[in-house]
Amino acid sequence: MIRITVDGKEIQTEQGKTILQACLENGIYIPNLCFLETREQPRASCRLCFVETSDAERPVTACTETVRDGLDVRTNTEAVRRLQRTAFKLIMSAHHCTPKTCPVAKPCQLMRIARHIQVGLNPRPLETLERDVQEEVDLTFFTYYPFRCVMCGKCVDVCRDRNERNPLTFAKRGFDTVVTFFGSGASNLPCDDCGACVAVCPTGALIPKPPPSES
Amino acid sequence: MNSVPTQTETEEREMIEAIEAMLPRFAKHRSALIPILQAVQQEHGYLSGGAMERVAEYLEISPSEVYGVATFYNQFRFHPPGRHQIKVCLGTACHVAGGDIILENFERKLGIRAGETTPDREYSVERVACVGCCALAPVAIVDGTVLGHMQPSRVEGLFVQFQVEREREEREKAEREPGGEQDA
Ligand code: FES
Ligand code: FES
Repeated sequence: MIRITVDGKEIQTEQGKTILQACLENGIYIPNLCFLETREQPRASCRLCFVETSDAERPVTACTETVRDGLDVRTNTEAVRRLQRTAFKLIMSAHHCTPKTCPVAKPCQLMRIARHIQVGLNPRPLETLERDVQEEVDLTFFTYYPFRCVMCGKCVDVCRDRNERNPLTFAKRGFDTVVTFFGSGASNLPCDDCGACVAVCPTGALIPKPPPSES
Repeated sequence: MNSVPTQTETEEREMIEAIEAMLPRFAKHRSALIPILQAVQQEHGYLSGGAMERVAEYLEISPSEVYGVATFYNQFRFHPPGRHQIKVCLGTACHVAGGDIILENFERKLGIRAGETTPDREYSVERVACVGCCALAPVAIVDGTVLGHMQPSRVEGLFVQFQVEREREEREKAEREPGGEQDA
């Protein structure tokens, strides 16, 4: 057991954990979208989990730094918030938020983050990015909504961890990037029993299809 | 998944057979993926769905992974090249000079998107980066010929030209073939 201080409060944790894990386990929320407990190598792509620590001059991502005894962490400094707000607005410029039709239980993770860092759900003053992607894509077992996808990569990662022949992948690149399947074996995929990707999606970009009606 | 074109089965089978024959040249390791894809494309002009699946099988990785890697790079095509190949430059100079408008003109005219081929295999449209004659921006390359200072009206003109050419070819063919209609 080691002790670290977070925003002036002392918490106990274990060697080897990341700052993000230690905080979340102790009920201290740090915004995060791409963090996946089971991943050895964090993607660290959402850039929302910034904190300041006594070890570094500049803010660091909490999902990539491990704890050490006596570490002093601050989660809500001005520098941290500035970085988080910018990252969040960049995400929201590509994520078209439609609370009325969005099937995700509210408040969703994005709403929670917005409230936590005190910004709106719109990208202002950044522009809304009009990506040249389909409205919805049929992926056999579920439907993919590119406009809701924030590219956290969690679905692709859990799929890879669970299934030897990982069916789910990122395809294309840049603003065209989408999550998809490929291959003629799509109909005998293990998706029916797995569903891990849908469960892990933080934004409702992957929605299970209703079971085929028995009529 | 949906960007893989339908094609005649024989063509696909021949392609797979040819790939089969060349695969042993490459190490059975994931690091060989891109070299293999490049070799396939060099020989066949594009990567078909079946080809990518065969490569995945050989390297013992998932077809999705092959697809993910292949679609990441601009150099790979997923549609057979058309008889007429249209390349529109979207390098910096051409982009600034409205190259995207020219591209859109071609796309709308042919009803396909960049990287695709018309169903009759007549035309394929691609976007390319700077082709080295920025002073002529915006530039299109049609069947290997560089066309500078492109304008929407010239796009129209090109297709008129193709049309005339095709009609002439058809006429010549008809004349050559015995039994074809002939003007005495
Ligand atoms: S959770 Fe750390 S960067 Fe996304
Ligand atoms: S940018 Fe088009 S030729 Fe250079």
